[in-house]
Amino acid sequence: MTRTRIGLVLISLVSLALTACGGGDSDPLSSGDKDGKAIVIGSQEYYSNEIVAEAYAQALEAADIEVERSFKIGQREAYLPEIESGKIDLFPEYTGPLLQVWEPDTKARLSDDVYAELVTAAKAKGLNVLDQSPAADQDSYVVTRAFAEKYGLSTIDDLKKVTEPMTFGANSEAEKRPNGPKGLKDTYGVSVKFTPIEDGGGPLTVKALKDNDIQLAIIYTGDPSIKKNDLVTLEDTKGLFLASNIVPIASDNVDDKAAGIINKVSAAMSTDDLVDLNARSIDEQLPAATIAKDWLDKEGLL
Amino acid sequence: MNLFGEALRWIGDGSHWGGPGGIDTRIVQHLWVTFAAVGIAAVLAIPLGVLIGHTGRGRLVVVALAGAVRAVPTLGLLTLLGLAIGIGVEAPLLALVALAFPSLLAGAYAGIEAADPGAVDAARAVGMSEWQVVTRVEVPLGASVLIGGIRAATLQVVATATLAAYISDTGLGRYLFSGLKSRDYAQMLAGALLVAALALLLDLLMAALQRASSPTQGKVPS
Repeated sequence: MTRTRIGLVLISLVSLALTACGGGDSDPLSSGDKDGKAIVIGSQEYYSNEIVAEAYAQALEAADIEVERSFKIGQREAYLPEIESGKIDLFPEYTGPLLQVWEPDTKARLSDDVYAELVTAAKAKGLNVLDQSPAADQDSYVVTRAFAEKYGLSTIDDLKKVTEPMTFGANSEAEKRPNGPKGLKDTYGVSVKFTPIEDGGGPLTVKALKDNDIQLAIIYTGDPSIKKNDLVTLEDTKGLFLASNIVPIASDNVDDKAAGIINKVSAAMSTDDLVDLNARSIDEQLPAATIAKDWLDKEGLL
Repeated sequence: MNLFGEALRWIGDGSHWGGPGGIDTRIVQHLWVTFAAVGIAAVLAIPLGVLIGHTGRGRLVVVALAGAVRAVPTLGLLTLLGLAIGIGVEAPLLALVALAFPSLLAGAYAGIEAADPGAVDAARAVGMSEWQVVTRVEVPLGASVLIGGIRAATLQVVATATLAAYISDTGLGRYLFSGLKSRDYAQMLAGALLVAALALLLDLLMAALQRASSPTQGKVPS
């Protein structure tokens, strides 16, 4: 009992001290005094997004560009108005989902088409879209390594080569979604059976893949479990899923020099890197700043 | 109320009946899972409960254990079992057996204990063996309470058997899960209504059975 109490007191003291430090570093009231030069970087309330934002921040700081971190602003509804109004200068976004907010009727699915439309849509809002990263964080069909090697699979189209019946396991709503069994049939000509597993591509789904109870599942490309369980992501060549590459959205306050630095960061980041970064956050519980710094060091961007 | 009407229309829609995902198939699957779970749990729990009630031994331990099992969240247990034995109907079935177990056990030992001690002593005095005391005196006298345990377990299991759809293509829970995520609330409510109707129906049947087995109404030899 006493020990718990001492622990609680310690925790509150430490957090007080931390809050105090944070306040000293970036006094929220002082930002108005700066002549609008510091680049305000935002991030979603999503650990993976915060790591990318932190990488932008540190890369810019390494080039003596002043930045201000305004991280964890919640989800798109919360922060998009802030970007559109110019209160945030730089934000790591995802191409497809953002395009669907600005252009709800878009037909674009594939990465390059989505990016081209996004650039146009952003122009209309007075915003710039920097180069998109090859790193993508989107739904994807995955199979086990053994299954991929048995039939030489690397794209969804390759599933046509599979000679045994396949079962696809996912949350029950996937059964009726356009990218579910129906989409596989219509877009790729691949027939699969369906079984519900209601854990959103979590451990039960992975277990079912490994047991060969199912052969096909949908897991996020950025999910560390893909690497940990040696799963293979099948490339979606015909755009069954909406492309969702990481893309920096920038205001005019991000000048050419800064944009050049950010573009280098984007180009250096692959989906594999993203998985590694996410895994370090989940498995090692490291702060975003440490993970981003280690990665930038490794890529020689600092 | 509009949603309620939509749900009823959803149930009434002929295209939702028949075939592998039809309402009739789902109801049969749901009942099958329910009876299998209660049946397996009964085979394990009722003899144990009768033994405890008859001998009065091990009561504390078993009751405490059964109480602890009651506290286990079924979905959590289902996930653990699923991770151990994989997807399919087996893991949900085992989780439901664990859910039914405490009620059945409690019903069995409470029923046996509730038998009039005077009647038990009398049975021994006329020379009945222990086996005869159990089967001819204690079980008939306690049948009503024992069936009450089965009734409680069945009600719990039929309502919770929706979880079978969590990792298998089984039962009325399928309507709940697919309705919830695709915001097809008419389908979801329809699933819930069907489960509720099934639960009521089974409970009425069990209540009738319980009443018929009551020693004051039945034909127990006196």
